[in-house]
Amino acid sequence: MTQRLVTRKLLTIICEAGLEKELTNCIGAAGASGYTVSDARGKGAHGLRDASWSDNANIRIEVLCDELVATALLDKVLNDYYQNYTLVTFVSDVGVLRPFKFTKPAAL
Amino acid sequence: MFDPVILFFLLGVMAGVLKSDLKIPGVLYESLSIFLLLAIGLKGGVSLSQYDPSNLVDEAFIVLLVSCLIPLGAFYVSKILGGYSQADAGSLAAHYGSVSVVTFAVATSLLVKKSIDVEGYMTVFLVLLEIPGLLLGVLLAKFGTSKASWGHLIHEILTGKSLMLLLGGLLIGYLSGETGVSSISPLFFGLFKGVLAIFLLEMGLVTAGRIAEIKKQGLFLIMFGTLFPMFCGALGVVTGWWLGMSIGGMTLLATLYASASYIAAPAAVRMAVPEANPSTSIAASLGVTFPFNISVGIPLYLVLSEHMVKVIL
Repeated sequence: MTQRLVTRKLLTIICEAGLEKELTNCIGAAGASGYTVSDARGKGAHGLRDASWSDNANIRIEVLCDELVATALLDKVLNDYYQNYTLVTFVSDVGVLRPFKFTKPAAL
Repeated sequence: MFDPVILFFLLGVMAGVLKSDLKIPGVLYESLSIFLLLAIGLKGGVSLSQYDPSNLVDEAFIVLLVSCLIPLGAFYVSKILGGYSQADAGSLAAHYGSVSVVTFAVATSLLVKKSIDVEGYMTVFLVLLEIPGLLLGVLLAKFGTSKASWGHLIHEILTGKSLMLLLGGLLIGYLSGETGVSSISPLFFGLFKGVLAIFLLEMGLVTAGRIAEIKKQGLFLIMFGTLFPMFCGALGVVTGWWLGMSIGGMTLLATLYASASYIAAPAAVRMAVPEANPSTSIAASLGVTFPFNISVGIPLYLVLSEHMVKVIL
């Protein structure tokens, strides 16, 4: 079974909930075919983010994509959001079935 | 006799301070806020259906014009006296320039308890005052710096949950009239105060969570969060008196001017002025001004309005 798995990138962004609309737009624009958003709580450099009020609610955005898209998204997040917003971003290698779903189509 | 809704708020604060595991689920909080916004809109709409809205234009214009002093005042006071950056001062201005629907609801329930009549169109002012002060605050924060994406910001505010539900409720109430709304009034009007009480329990918990941040921000924020609303409240009383409003109307206008937004403004300002520290504005509006207004402010604005009428007559 594992022989059929192909490596793709899993980009995870944990950020303030208010960024959802902007970041998901960026993800679409970068060429990713989809994303998953879930509510998240935790503690970090900005203290406890316990979702008790809209300003301290976090979300976790996950994108399965190829390396090109992951790099483009990392650049975007680094340049546009890191300075003023609460974000943690990391990329890991994961094995996927149906790799064509997570590959940016070549430009026509 | 204490108002039970205020006691619910105190219960929330106490539970938060004592680090109780009491937590209002996010979904319930969302549902309660939808209910409250719709109910306030509906109530205003039903009252408005007894008026001719075209008579309100002059009054609304003056109320809006005077309200512009609030973000301007908040901006310069926090920048000059508080030493805040332009972005933080603008963010505070946007929060204080907008209004708090829950503070308005608490003031309304106090006036109902004391059997004081109120002009039915006050909800229209609640809707009208939500936006311009917020935009003015963002303008002050952004003035002379990078350009803001105004189209995006205006879309965000106009399509935001609070305005959509308030305005929607207002229209439904206005179009249906008192008889039309009677079939749904047991839910929206009968249960209003009980729902407000649970909502305030949650607000108490959230306020308790801000105490550490308020301590960190220092004395200026506490002084600003209490004295500035008193000044705005007095401005509301004088404006209401000048417009010939009743004691109830003056009190509600004072409450609207004195209240600071902590639902609509934080979300909009976060995206429009990302360089501002969101904790500062929300600690002031939610941690200081909201509890001040519902415990001391509103009764004070009522007394001020009563004195104003007595002295002048």
